Parts: sequence; structure tokens; C-alpha cells
Amino acid sequence: MGTYLVRRLLIALPSLLGISVVLFTVLALAPGDPFEEMATNPNIPPEVRLALREKFGIDDPVYLRYFRWLAAMMQGDWGFSFASRVDVDTLILQRLPATIFVIGSSQILALAIALPVGIYAATRPYSIFDQIANTFAFIGFSLPTFFTGLLFILVFSIWLDWLPFVYRSDISATGWRWYWEQIRQAIMPVMVLGLFQAASYTRYVRSAVLDVIRLDFVTTARAKGLGEKTVVVRHVVRNALIPVVTLVALQMPTVFGGAIVTEQIFRIPGIGSLLISAILANDTPVIMAVTFVFACLVVTFNLIADVLYGWLDPRIAFR
Amino acid sequence: MNETEIHGMVADVKEGKLSRRGFMQRLAAFGVAAPTAWHILDFHGVAQAQTLTPYRPTRAGGGGPLKILLWQAPTLLNPHFAIGTKDQEGSRVFYEPLAGWDTDGNLVPFLAAEIPSRENGSVSADGLSVTWKLKPNVKWHDGRPFTADDCLFTAEYAADPATAATTIGTYKDIKIEKVNDLTIKITFAKPTPFWADAFVGAAGMILPKHVFEPFKGAASRDAPANLKPVGTSAYKFIDFKPGDILRGERNADYHIANQPHFDTIEVKGGGDAVSAARAVIQTGEFDYAWNMQVEDEILLRMERGGRGKAIPVSSGNIEFIMLNTTDPWTEVDGERSSVKTKHPTLTDPAVRAAINLLIDRESVQKFIYGRGGRATANFVNAPPRYVSPNMKYEFNIDKANKILDDAGWVRGADGIRAKGGNKLKYVYQTSINAPRQKNQAIVKQAAQRAGIDIELKSVTASVFFSSDVANPDTYSKFYCDMQMYTTTMLQPDPERFMLQLVSWEIANKDNKWQGRNISRYSSAEADAAFREAQNSLDPARRTALFIRMNDIFCGENIIVPVLARTRMAASSNNLVVQPSGWDLDLWMLNAWFRP
Repeated sequence: MGTYLVRRLLIALPSLLGISVVLFTVLALAPGDPFEEMATNPNIPPEVRLALREKFGIDDPVYLRYFRWLAAMMQGDWGFSFASRVDVDTLILQRLPATIFVIGSSQILALAIALPVGIYAATRPYSIFDQIANTFAFIGFSLPTFFTGLLFILVFSIWLDWLPFVYRSDISATGWRWYWEQIRQAIMPVMVLGLFQAASYTRYVRSAVLDVIRLDFVTTARAKGLGEKTVVVRHVVRNALIPVVTLVALQMPTVFGGAIVTEQIFRIPGIGSLLISAILANDTPVIMAVTFVFACLVVTFNLIADVLYGWLDPRIAFR
Repeated sequence: MNETEIHGMVADVKEGKLSRRGFMQRLAAFGVAAPTAWHILDFHGVAQAQTLTPYRPTRAGGGGPLKILLWQAPTLLNPHFAIGTKDQEGSRVFYEPLAGWDTDGNLVPFLAAEIPSRENGSVSADGLSVTWKLKPNVKWHDGRPFTADDCLFTAEYAADPATAATTIGTYKDIKIEKVNDLTIKITFAKPTPFWADAFVGAAGMILPKHVFEPFKGAASRDAPANLKPVGTSAYKFIDFKPGDILRGERNADYHIANQPHFDTIEVKGGGDAVSAARAVIQTGEFDYAWNMQVEDEILLRMERGGRGKAIPVSSGNIEFIMLNTTDPWTEVDGERSSVKTKHPTLTDPAVRAAINLLIDRESVQKFIYGRGGRATANFVNAPPRYVSPNMKYEFNIDKANKILDDAGWVRGADGIRAKGGNKLKYVYQTSINAPRQKNQAIVKQAAQRAGIDIELKSVTASVFFSSDVANPDTYSKFYCDMQMYTTTMLQPDPERFMLQLVSWEIANKDNKWQGRNISRYSSAEADAAFREAQNSLDPARRTALFIRMNDIFCGENIIVPVLARTRMAASSNNLVVQPSGWDLDLWMLNAWFRP
């Protein structure tokens, strides 16, 4: 187990390095200029913009800029944003709580819906409940989050006027009122993300449980005279959930990706909206850092999924 | 004057065609007194005018929270690092300049005791210096007094290349002396008729010396105050998260009596223009939003809800088409569209005149921009004194056909006119932006009926407006026959704006396409007019010279103006804002109130 972990971590390093090279090259090839807005402003002479470009090292060759970035990164210096001149790590840390709160809640919501619905549907395959659950799951993961997001805003904010659609990180209320406001503004984004995830999880859970429920040991358990509840919870679900757990771990980075759009729509000050505004402003150090964080998340969650799998299912050995 | 005429004029005021002041003056000409004229407007729901609204609250505070939505969010709060308007708006909440510009292009003092003028002797007769008297008893938010030293420091800070300030252009060539603690004298290297640049408006916000002194030059990025400003304005800093939220509270020691009205201010960022408009006009979650790049039709639909409204503010911005008289398809010395070449067809004035007649400005205004623009034949459209009365526009396909027939351009078998083997086939480029693509289509359709074939090309805005020397699709390279974009005029004096029309600013390979004359057209007369205007201390003469430059370029149809653009903001119905087309949206935040 120990050597396995060390080996996997060592493999992760070159892949992260490769990812950073690709990201940097793509960003360098992409058109755009962080000081673009100054170009159309007649009050700012072009020399000012050229001097700024030179000062921030944008005019140097790509490989030079990459090695400079890499060397700084190794020492834990993430660079500073061209747009705000603030250190990138400060910016990311500022945005992290909102993202974790919204994504965490939506994951909990997704699992809270998917597990009972998926299991119940699998124990009664092709029943009315199963049909309905399947249909909704299908609709749920076919609708992209940007669409459901806008739909929710239209219905709950504009027509019904129940919920605010601008997420605020600074709520001035205190005590219970603070919690209430926090929940009210988080309902829509959490629902949008949570329902989308719940839909795909439901289908995974259902098929995983269906696979297990037909196996001989389940029949044996039933033949022993165990109650239906014990059979399902102790024998079926414990085995069926092994692939689901891995799946949830593997889905985590995707969830961060999906949140980019949702964060933009609801103005949640999270990492995703930071990435979008950085891309629009051609703020290379921020784009680099955020995408690199995403890359690290993908690699880490892959590793976590593999380790979890082996831990849950002792038949799988670490080699 | 009868009732119908008055109604017509009220409608013009509502659409922004006629200024409130113009309305009052016209009615006054017919013997209607100003208060009555005001009542007519008030009755028709346009009391919310562009000119300054008198501040009515009788004490400071008590207005509750003011919530502003800037969908392009401020990312830093040092006005001298501001890359775009969004950062300047954020900084303006806390910092103030000596004076700002109102919507008619007049100076309004903030930290100055009075506006310098020739009459009171503070602007020297030779145009070489200006003396500003500072307002006494002004305190920074931390309680320290504001003095001339702060002005001197700000100029020195911005002018230092190591600081990497974006306002360096304003401060690098001027000399500032301290006359006494409350008086400064700015000296220029040569006679400068437009003296109100340094310490005025968006680039003029003054920094506190005692806070920024240790962080001048290379250490500028480390100043904690870049994100925690200490200013002199009506609101004190509480909290800022770059790109997300900015909060402030009322400054109890503000130097203008009874201001501000609001107890706290919150500026939220993120999202897009349409949903920002919704949050203000439709749901009322926010009180004010800026830069409503939203089709007017959508805004009008939202306004039916009755919670908020769109406010058009006339500005100097102009959406125009530029015709290329150099050859964009032949490469000479490593560049296309070089002044050494001549366009095979667009060098014929008749062709350019015909194209001008094929632009249906009225329809573009009516169906695409709505209150967002006004059809015009001029490059300079504001302030009124600089607007040329000589240019007229017309949409007339028959007339265009006749001009082309007379000039010997004959339709071929494919319906496209040609002369000497050169066909009237053009590539017309602009940035990707829904109204611009519609505008392109309207021009293409009309041109077809006159035997001109136009191929439309759209370039992503981030490429079109970039300074990327390697990219052939930027607007400054102009590697096509016609192009369209908006150019901004940020000061009520057209001198900087007119640099786009002089020969030494022609964009070419040598200046890495950084020159501002993108059309590449030059005229000795326009050059001479500009040089004279630069040094002319007689305002009337200067105005005449700028108008002449406008007439040369528009009359030659090199610049084909389409619409004078208005800046759109959205405001809640129970908020009185003080908009200005010549300064920031938040330039007079101190005098906003709820009626």
C-alpha cells in the first residue's frame, strides 16, 4: 500500500508537468492582451501599454516565460494577477469558501436523492416508480446547468419573486437571519448543480444495485430467511456501492468544471467565476493557476478513487 | 407653439435626442418660463434628467444601503493602476479628483476650492501654467489633513515609470510646484489650451502621500492600500474582494455638507449585462447597474415592470465605418494597407460618396440601437460647441446609383459595377457583437442594390482590439476595405480624439501599428489645423479648427459616421443619480439620493 502510493504520486508528477506545458502553450498561442482595454482609450498613449507589457514580461519568448513560471511555482510563488496586481494564491483562497460551500451542498443533495431513489428503483425494476425515476433522471442529465439555471431564475426570481438571484458573499444580517439569507441565496445554485448530479448518480446506483441483486449470494441470503430490509442494506447495497464511491470521487473535478457556468450565472464569487473573468481579461497568471488547480484535483481524485476502491474491496490488490 | 409640438419635443427629450437644457431653452424662446418647462418634463416622467439634479436631502445619512451592480467587476482599487473603467469606477467610490466633468462638459470642483479660469487669473494668459486652489479642511478617511503635498506626491508617483501606473501619460510631461499648503501650480512645457487633464476626472484621483509614500516605484505593488483605499470621498472603505464585492460606509466627516445620503454602499460584480439589467429594472434586487450592453428592445420590455428604468447618457462615443484608401491586398515592405499603395477603387471619391449614401442610419438607430445611439453625420458629436453644422447624412440608393453611373462604374453581367477591370467588391470587417452584425447586413443589402458587392467578416473582439503584432485581423492593421467599430472620446475637449486624423499618427509597421490614425488617410490641411489648435488659446478659433478637421474627413467620406452612442445605465425608480457622459458613472456618488 505504501509503495503503491509513492509510485502513484511519482507518476502524477510528470503528468502534472505535462499538463502545465500544454496549458501554458495554449494560453501563449491564444490571441488577446491583458491591457486590451487601454488600446481603445485615447487618453492612454500606446507607449504606456507597451511599457507595462515589458514590465510584466509578456513580450518574452514563451519558453522563457514558462520556465520562469515553473521556477516560481516550485518555490510556492504563484505569481500575481495582471488585472488586480494581487497575488494569485490570495485570490484563489478568497474564492475557495464559496465554491466549497455550494459544491459541497450540491453533492450532499445529489447523494441524498440518488441513493434512496436508485436503490428503491432497482429493487422494484420496471415498476411505475422505476419508470418515473428513470424518466426524470434522463431529463435531469440531459438539461445543461446553464439552461436550468436561467429557467430557475426566470421562475423563482422573476415570476414568483421568491428568491434572490445575485449571490452575495457579504451578508450584513447576523444570527439566524444570516443563516436564513445564506440558505435562501444558495437554494437555486445548489438545486441546479445537485439535481443535475443526482440524475446521473441515480442511474449509476440503479444499475449497480441491479447487477448485484441478481447474484447468487443474495438469493442465499433470502433463502436463509433474512428480512428484505437486511438483505438490501447489508448484502446488496454494501457491495453495489463500491463502484459508486469511486464514481463519486472521479466526478468531483467535473463538478468543479460544471460549477464554472453556474457560478457565472448566479454571480457566486467562486473559483469558476474567477477563471471566467481571468479568461475574459487575458489574465494569464490567474488562468494558469486556476486551471492548474483543476488539473491537480483531477490527478488527486483519481488517486483517491483508486485507493478507496482497494480499501472497500479487499479482493483488489495494490500492485 | 402648440401642444403637438411640445409633445414632440418631450418625446425627443425622452429618447435622448434633445437635452433637457435644450428643451428649456427652446420653450424659453416661446416665453415659457423654466419652472413651467420643468413641470412639463416632470409631468411626462422625464424629471430624471441628464443635467445635475439638485441635491434635496437636508442631512447626511439616513438613506439606508445603496446597492450597485457593476457586472464587469473592479479588480483593484488604485486609480493609477486601473486598466479599464471598471477599476476607475471602483476607485472613485473612495478617491476624489480636484474636479470632475458634468454631462455638459463643465468642470465641477471636488477637492478644488474653485475652478481655475482666465477671468480669475489662475489660468495664465500664455497657456503655460494653471494654478489650483485646494479646498481647506478636507480630511483623509484616517483623519489626516489633505494638502498640496498629496497632489505633488500623486503626480510624482504616477509619473515614475517603475510604478507602472496607467496614468503616466497624464503626469509625465508636467511640472508641479507647491505655492502654499493649499495651492499648486502646474507648468506645461508648451502652451496648453486644454489644461484640465492632470488631477481632473478619471485619471485625476489623488492618493494620500502618508499612505503611499513607502510604496513608490518598484514597490508599488506591495502597498496594502491598493486594496484598502484611504481616500477623501463620501464613503469609507470596509471590505473588498477583487472581482466580487466592494463595501463602504458613510464618511461622517465628508467635506460637503449634508452629504452623502446613504449609510452604506455595496458594489457587487460578476455575471452579464442582461441579468444585471434584470436585477435592477425587473426584480429590484439592486439600485443601479452600469454599462447596459443590452438591446434596447429587451430593456423596454423589462421597464414595463415599473421597478426601474434605463438611463441613456449622451457621450462622445461614435460608431463609425472607415473606408480604406490604401491597398489592403498588396504587401509592400512587409505590411498590407501601406500608405505607399493606393486602393484600386476606394481612392475614387465618387465611390466613397456612394457608399456613404448607402448607410441607412435611421433604420440602424430605430431597429437596432434604440436609445443606445443617435444617427449622425459627424465624427465629433459632443459637446455641442464642437459639433459641425456642415455635415448632412442621407440614405438614397438612387442617388448612389447615379453618382456611380456618372463616374463611369458600369454594372457587369453579375450585377457588380466595374471600371477598367476593377470591380466594386469589398471586405467589410467588424468585431463580433450582435448589433454590429445586424448593421453589417443592412449595409450589405443596400450596397447590393447599387451594384457593390460586400463580403462580411466578423472578428472576435479580443482579437480585433488586441495589440498583437503577429495577428492580421486587428483593427489597427485594417487589412480589409472597410471596417466598423466604436471609438471613445473620454474628455470634453477633442484634442486627443483628433489625433486619429493626423498624418504622424498613421498606424504602420514602424510603430507596430500603435499609431492612432487607423484610416491611414492624411490631409495637409487637417495636419495644419491640428497643430494650430494644439497651441491656440482662443477657444473659438480652436473650435473652428476641430470642426474643419471633422469636415475634411467626413466630407471626403474616409470616416463614415453611423451613430453617436449613448452610455446606458439602469437605475431603480426611487433613486436619483447624477450621470455624466464625460466622467465615470460614479463621479458624483456623493450627491445620489432617494427622493
